[in-house]
Amino acid sequence: MGRRARERGGFRLGTGAVALLVPLLVAGIAVVLTWDSLLSVRQFGLGFWKNSTWDPVAGVFGAFPFIWGTLYSSLLALLLSTPIALGIAVFLSDLSPRPLRQPPVFLTELLAAIPSIVYGLWGIFVLVPAVRRIETLTPAWLRRFPLFEGPPVGVGLLAAGLILSVMVVPFTASVAREVLKAVPANQREGAYALGATRWEAIRMALFYGRQGIMGAVMLGLGRALGETMAVTMVIGNTPRASLSLFAPQYTMAAVIANEFSEAADDLYLHALVEIGLVLFVITVAINTLSRLLIWRVGAERA
Amino acid sequence: MKSSRSLLGWALVAAAACAVPATAGAVQIDGAGATFPYPIYSKWFSEYNKIRPDVQINYQSIGSGGGIRQLSNQTVFFGASDGPMTNEQLLAAPGKILHFPMVLGGVVPIYNLPDVGADLNFSGTVLADIYLGKITKWNDPAIAKDNPGVTLPGSDITVVHRADGSGTSYIWVDYLSKVSPEFKSKVGVATAVNWPVGLGGKGNEGVAGLVKQTPGSIGYVELIYALQNKIPYGAVKNYDGNFVRASLESVSAAAAVAAGKMPPDFRVSITNAPGKDVYPISSFTWLLLYQNPKDKAKAKMMLDFMKWALSDGQKLCGDLGYAPLPANVATMVMTALNGVR
Repeated sequence: MGRRARERGGFRLGTGAVALLVPLLVAGIAVVLTWDSLLSVRQFGLGFWKNSTWDPVAGVFGAFPFIWGTLYSSLLALLLSTPIALGIAVFLSDLSPRPLRQPPVFLTELLAAIPSIVYGLWGIFVLVPAVRRIETLTPAWLRRFPLFEGPPVGVGLLAAGLILSVMVVPFTASVAREVLKAVPANQREGAYALGATRWEAIRMALFYGRQGIMGAVMLGLGRALGETMAVTMVIGNTPRASLSLFAPQYTMAAVIANEFSEAADDLYLHALVEIGLVLFVITVAINTLSRLLIWRVGAERA
Repeated sequence: MKSSRSLLGWALVAAAACAVPATAGAVQIDGAGATFPYPIYSKWFSEYNKIRPDVQINYQSIGSGGGIRQLSNQTVFFGASDGPMTNEQLLAAPGKILHFPMVLGGVVPIYNLPDVGADLNFSGTVLADIYLGKITKWNDPAIAKDNPGVTLPGSDITVVHRADGSGTSYIWVDYLSKVSPEFKSKVGVATAVNWPVGLGGKGNEGVAGLVKQTPGSIGYVELIYALQNKIPYGAVKNYDGNFVRASLESVSAAAAVAAGKMPPDFRVSITNAPGKDVYPISSFTWLLLYQNPKDKAKAKMMLDFMKWALSDGQKLCGDLGYAPLPANVATMVMTALNGVR
């Protein structure tokens, strides 16, 4: 009895210590990011996030174009990838004949395993020329809208959004498929018993699993926000916030990756770390928000 | 199949054996810095290791900024940079740091105009105005003036620059700032700047890729990169008014001319140097050493290596596309090495 209690105590202590590592790690990251960006925080204060100039020569740093580019490209990716991912998930969980199910499951998961530099190369050699073609074919009257302004150079927000959506689809699709699989069979059977069509039964399953599906979408968003290599290879790396899908822009992760190794003076380095801090804060905020959203949806159901 | 696999196995074993130095007592010297000279440095280090198996030099190409930082923090024995250290950086370091030019590099303009067969000429002011966004069309009179007899299209110019901080950008903007006061005041000189116009490509390959794919674009890459990838590039008007195409000879010529006015610390920009055959967008790349390193034994070994690199080592430059130091400059650097003790 004593031994068992002791073992249980030790086990609890051990796992507790391991679990404690996670909040410690997060706090540690926050502390280091703040500490290493102090110079820039002091110099630019709260104006940092809304200032649009990024001039390493003059020592003036503002994060707005990078924040804009990161959010814009990630939301575009979400907009493009979510319907496709849900379509894949529904087909694989409800509609596809059983023997045909495994190959597409395997292939979507394979997409998730491709390194992002490979996506980037594909982006440069295949996607960007294709996007340039779309841009050149866009009629002039449409090009007058702010959404499609600018010369057709191929690299830019649209290319970044497209490549991100391809990278995000496998994550969202496989989690959403798991969620749909987890919807109890009696839910669907009940729907059919009430005379529902297949479409109505699927809608019911989607509604039942909405909490998990929201989580799947947020997982995709997290991936899109932090993606660096593939994006920097196709987005054009120009720190000018623009509404236009055709305009070259920049993301937070990309500017850190591009400029960190050559940033020799302290303020410059601290400004880059502060970009990292902003990205960290935005990621935490979005995750918290989605968590709250999921809780609310969950509470409604209960 | 089986035999080829076992062959591969042996090759791996052999590679592993080579990677571990046979001499267990070899002294390891650590350095870090610029990526631009990395190919020639690693060639030098491995060749020198064959001559002096007791010296093993380990170089991390983390970028010039990183190299300066690591050297100032004394985490590496030597640094390497494509741009000279600033006075503030030198003052911030715990000891006196010396600059030693080792090889030369050039930066060349590349462009994509499918219907223009001729190799275009560019004067410095035209390049500056293109990169300032003031010249926006290929048939601009300023470009036409440098290229008599060439029919230029009326298409827009798409400007491409490096997105990552790099020594290549440093040399490029250093040159543009020398020929255009407006470029100097609006943009300035650094490894990364606030570009008024254009797209950013990551690395030489990123810039070259964008230029190759985008009709009407202009960009700049290292001479080595253009030579190795057989990318055609334009000629640039030098200080004496001649249009010169970059080559190992015309880049070395820039240093030879500068030798006359070489400051004792070698911190000199040789862009836009005078001389008939000089290619104007040329630069040294430097090794950085403390004047009084703590580890005297390592210092002796490092100096021996540098003397070798400045003499026999220079012969390896051409194969890799680097312009060797002209003899008079190599002699000056050799003498200056005696200042380290």
